[in-house]
Amino acid sequence: MAAIASFLGRRLIKSVFILFAIVVINFMLVRAAPGDPAMVMAGEAGAADQQYVEQLREQFGLNRPIHEQLGIYLADVATGDLGYSYRQQRPVWDLIGERLPPTLVLTGFAFVLALTAGVLLGTLAAMRAGTWSDSAITVLALLSYATPIYWVGLMLILLFSVQLGWLPAFGYETVGGGYEGWDRVTDIGAHLILPVVTLGLFYMAVYARLTRASILEVRDMDFVKTARAKGLTEARIVFRHVLRNAILPVITFAGIQAGHLIGGSILIETVFAWPGIGRLAFDAVLQRDYQVLLGIFFVTSVMVIVFNIVTDLVYSLVDPRIEVA
Amino acid sequence: MSRDFWKAFARNRGAVVGLAILALVVLAAVFANLIYPQSPWDMAAMPFQPPLSDDALLGSDTLGRDIAAGIVHGARVSLLIGLSSTAVALLIGVTLGAIAGYHGGVVDDAIMRFTELFQTIPNFVLAVVLVAIFTPSIANITIAIAVVSWPPLARLARGEFMALRSREFVQAAITTGQGTGTIILRQILPNSLSPIIVSASLTVATAILLESSLSFLGLGDPNVMSWGYMIGAARTVIRQAWWMSFFPGIAILLTVLALNLVGEGLNDALNPKLARKGRA
Repeated sequence: MAAIASFLGRRLIKSVFILFAIVVINFMLVRAAPGDPAMVMAGEAGAADQQYVEQLREQFGLNRPIHEQLGIYLADVATGDLGYSYRQQRPVWDLIGERLPPTLVLTGFAFVLALTAGVLLGTLAAMRAGTWSDSAITVLALLSYATPIYWVGLMLILLFSVQLGWLPAFGYETVGGGYEGWDRVTDIGAHLILPVVTLGLFYMAVYARLTRASILEVRDMDFVKTARAKGLTEARIVFRHVLRNAILPVITFAGIQAGHLIGGSILIETVFAWPGIGRLAFDAVLQRDYQVLLGIFFVTSVMVIVFNIVTDLVYSLVDPRIEVA
Repeated sequence: MSRDFWKAFARNRGAVVGLAILALVVLAAVFANLIYPQSPWDMAAMPFQPPLSDDALLGSDTLGRDIAAGIVHGARVSLLIGLSSTAVALLIGVTLGAIAGYHGGVVDDAIMRFTELFQTIPNFVLAVVLVAIFTPSIANITIAIAVVSWPPLARLARGEFMALRSREFVQAAITTGQGTGTIILRQILPNSLSPIIVSASLTVATAILLESSLSFLGLGDPNVMSWGYMIGAARTVIRQAWWMSFFPGIAILLTVLALNLVGEGLNDALNPKLARKGRA
């Protein structure tokens, strides 16, 4: 327990440094863009006269030297204040807080689906290496790996919404449906199926390939022969002995992929009109809403870091030989 | 090397199929102006023509542009950006990885922390922001994709250099007084090339997917036809016209699949020891 506490302590300190660097880099990057927010706002308002722009700059502190602006922003972030969206006239936290849950639901379900289905299919393929079911799974994985996810989404809409009419194609829930309680949950669930399958499919392919390769390496080792000699059932050998040793590279990879899942959700949220954080990020980019963009960078980076720490903890649970370090 | 190489490569049937598809895509890109002399942006038929109609083999889009012409011309951008962004990513990644792996210690630590930063920021989000901020043009898209693609290459190169650094031939080169640059470029790099080539072929595949995703979101170069743009433009009419987004998607799928297959074939041919054992 003490080991875990000190591990968490060290990781948290390191994370603070990483976050600091990310906030600084993103701030500089966003400010490198031509045209500052005051110009954009003035342009939008249809008033391009110099005096108005100056007034806006004054109001939002954009006329100060860049390092001062950075210092102010860092101090704000440190106290949990991500700033105010000039564009939407709301605090950035409110916007992100509103859009984060749909994205978490989407990526969370997609991740669980990808991991369980991927590991299961990979195991199946490896245990039957060389048979037609192995080939089928390998080909399926190769195909999902090569297909653009937004296109998969569109094709699934075409099949299940347009042709068959089984599932809703757009949105988070039925607009004006007025559902409550269980009805609302099933309504959201129905809207969730297509986006989750689309986002999960690609990662399922990745995990299936990894699991298959990893099991093929482990399955002929001595401890597996011993388990077999003891007369254990095949299922027990696979799940308790082989898989437990083979799954480590999959977990490593899953940890690294956390950030990608959020990136992928921009595309999925666009295709399925899902009101999540990816869509918010994309709109913020197009509208040059820098405060929102910086806030999203910050929140998603925190998510990736938390995810990486959780991965390391899971690692030591699956394989006690590895100490948290 | 070349005879054995082809033998080992050809033993993987998928790789040969992949190479054939890739050759077709390259031919389409090179001879696009001969196959479809007209600009892919011009109206060639009535809008909303289904596939197999008289003046448009794969149908026409909402503005009457020929889908087949768009696919043939789109091959250019995909290949160009895929290859050039991989080249830039290799330059950044292998240079940083080589320096980190060769020197070790503080230098290695610093470079790896830097790499970690780039792996913590969600990389598609970063690519979107880079392209949006520096206006979508082929050069900027290439750079944005390179900036998000180099970290895995750097890690790979670092591992290779670390492993080779302590080998006798490198020690011998140091003893004979060769400079660090010479050792890195002439001694270690040639010996670590095969895993790097294999990863580079997969990086090209990912880069093509990234480019298509960016142009799907409307962040492609507005002056050139690309597959992602075609799908993005047809998205809203999917209910009436499936072919407008179906065929460009197939083009992306086949190209990326071919590159993955070729990558596996290269892996078999270049790393024969690993080839049959753990192939996924």
